[in-house]
Amino acid sequence: MDSQWVIDAQGLEKSYGSGASRFDALKGVSVQIAPGETLAIVGKSGSGKSTLMHLLALLDEPDEGTLQVAGRDAKSLSKCAVNGLRNKEFGFVFQQFFLTPNVSVLDNVILPLKIAGMGGKERRKRGMEVLEQLELADKAGNKATTLSGGQKQRVVIGRALVNAPRVIFADEPTGNLDTATGAVVEDILFELNRSQGITLVIVTHDEDLAARCDRQIYIRDGLVVSQTTSTHTGLTHTGAHALVTPEALSTAGGAE
Amino acid sequence: MRTKDLVATAISNTFRSKLRTTLTVLAIFVGAFTLTLTNAVGAGVSQYVDAQVGALGAPDVFIITQASDATTAGDGPVKYNAGSSASVSSQQGPPGTTTKALTDTDLTKIADTAGIVSVDPIRSVQPDYIEYGTGTQYEFSINATSAVTTADLTAGAQLDGSASEAQLVLPDTFVTPLGFASADDAVGASVSIGITDILGEQHTVNATIVGVSLESLLAAGAGANDALIAELADAQSGGIETAVTSYGVAVAHFDKALSADAVTALKADLATEGYTANTIEDQLGAVQTVINGIVGVLNAFAVIALIAAAFGIINTLLMSVQERTREIGLMKAMGMSGGKVYTLFSLEAIVIGFLGSAIGAGVAIGLGSALSAVLSQGLLSGLPGLNILLFEPTSVAFVILLVMLIAFLSGTLPAQRAAKQNPIESLRYE
Ligand SMILES: Nc1ncnc2c1ncn2[C@@H]1O[C@H](COP(=O)(O)OP(=O)(O)OP(=O)(O)O)[C@@H](O)[C@H]1O
Ligand SMILES: [Mg+2]
Repeated sequence: MDSQWVIDAQGLEKSYGSGASRFDALKGVSVQIAPGETLAIVGKSGSGKSTLMHLLALLDEPDEGTLQVAGRDAKSLSKCAVNGLRNKEFGFVFQQFFLTPNVSVLDNVILPLKIAGMGGKERRKRGMEVLEQLELADKAGNKATTLSGGQKQRVVIGRALVNAPRVIFADEPTGNLDTATGAVVEDILFELNRSQGITLVIVTHDEDLAARCDRQIYIRDGLVVSQTTSTHTGLTHTGAHALVTPEALSTAGGAE
Repeated sequence: MRTKDLVATAISNTFRSKLRTTLTVLAIFVGAFTLTLTNAVGAGVSQYVDAQVGALGAPDVFIITQASDATTAGDGPVKYNAGSSASVSSQQGPPGTTTKALTDTDLTKIADTAGIVSVDPIRSVQPDYIEYGTGTQYEFSINATSAVTTADLTAGAQLDGSASEAQLVLPDTFVTPLGFASADDAVGASVSIGITDILGEQHTVNATIVGVSLESLLAAGAGANDALIAELADAQSGGIETAVTSYGVAVAHFDKALSADAVTALKADLATEGYTANTIEDQLGAVQTVINGIVGVLNAFAVIALIAAAFGIINTLLMSVQERTREIGLMKAMGMSGGKVYTLFSLEAIVIGFLGSAIGAGVAIGLGSALSAVLSQGLLSGLPGLNILLFEPTSVAFVILLVMLIAFLSGTLPAQRAAKQNPIESLRYE
């Protein structure tokens, strides 16, 4: 995988609304994501995790700050180039499933390929490969609405990886699932990282899931309050945010 | 996204909420159905009128009579004038009026008018019967203008004006009674025509059938070429040369190159000389104007129905965009451009328009053809050749395309709305 393929965000600021109802969701966040790593964005509800993820994934534009993707400034990219990046290099798992009801599981999975303009036969073949990988091949023809929560989330992951992306952005991938199903979904994601080198950016408030990632950044009220790096044995504090008080950790990790 | 995929997606999206689509399609159906039918009536009638005009003659022909100076009741007697009072009763004059005859002097005067190429008097002959072989004799009449007109043929060929052989174009209603197996069978056969001269003696004249024509509203009777008319006229006069020749009607050919304005001017010139000149279109124009007016009003109703249907499309698609906010957001997040989203929704509008118009036109053609067949056997059987509903492929295609265009235009607002959606806002939408 291309070692230059880094997402480098500096001083991201984002606010919603204006005047009295203005709300600063992000107040200057800097993140760097290296190829092949797994990064957890951890924080309480409303701390700005999703907002940050959307900015990193070029779904939204920051008010202030710069974002570089693979060495190129996101602002300099054309609309078409941004669409192309999201379509081919990124995979998305949103906070909700966002499956199209009344459309088959296979058709849901191959949506990014259809948007990319891949031929019908080819994309169905690729879709079936992915569904087999996720042990959902027997559900390919079912309507998405007939699946269980865990199955739905696996379909969503299938949709995120069908285009063989470099980066998968996952917003609370286990948030809607029970512990056992959640663990299965986690395993799938980390297996993708290990076997295919796909970079993972996971938004979560689940401390265990965060711990499985290589690196964690803790967000509170639109600011990064600490960053940690995990080893196989546990957490190692690094960089400017090495000094994290136990209190900061518990508030960050204790989101509902 | 490939165009093929866009179209396929649009079609399957259209059928996602079946009831709503059906109702919208129904509204368009009504408009398209009406429009197809009214166009067919217009086309049917104008085709019939054109055929009738064809039966009466070329577009460069005037039917000329003396201007009838009101000898209707209440005006009192008109003073006799030896020069102008030759009177003949003519078939061509309006019922209840007497048309003054045209004399040879009149014909020269008309021929000298600038713009007139030639003038031919119409000699009317009254044969008694027609007979084939030794079969039954049938009453029979000859259309005086047939020598200069074109018949609406079902078999054979038109009359040859320059032929020396006596030729006849037989109305198709005579084919079976005379004992022919078919129209084609009649062509080439020789028939005899009986005619009584002014002295009361009956003669027979032989003629060859060259064609079989549909009976037409405005040119009833058989067609005869100059040779046959001359022969019949000679037989009718019984060998007595009348000193003064007079004719009820003359046919004048005018310069083909004349513009419509010039033709009008020429008519005015003839009017000042005391002649009434009418083209075939003039005679049928009044009828056609009325029918066109009716068709126009019906078309206007159909268009109003379509405009109402257009609001239905806007409404349906706006609801669809609203319902599918998340789906649109997701597709945009996954890199679908606004342009493609716009195209997708426009295509959905066009699909709805196509469905409504194709079904509407199809049902109109089905029902209309059946109705037309029933009418031509029943109510309209007196007008052979009239196909009251004529579905022309081009006009049906035009109706479908027009409706699709209206649908596309109705789809612009919802499609624009979908295309402008911000993916993040859409994905947050509850
Ligand atoms: N479109 C918007 N308009 C106004 N405020 C918004 C909008 N989107 C987000 N916010 C606010 O920005 C803040 C951060 O939102 P964000 O969705 O990033 O939170 P989060 O950390 O992902 O929370 P959660 O864990 O509940 O998903 C919240 O307080 C939210 O109310
Ligand atoms: Mg969130």
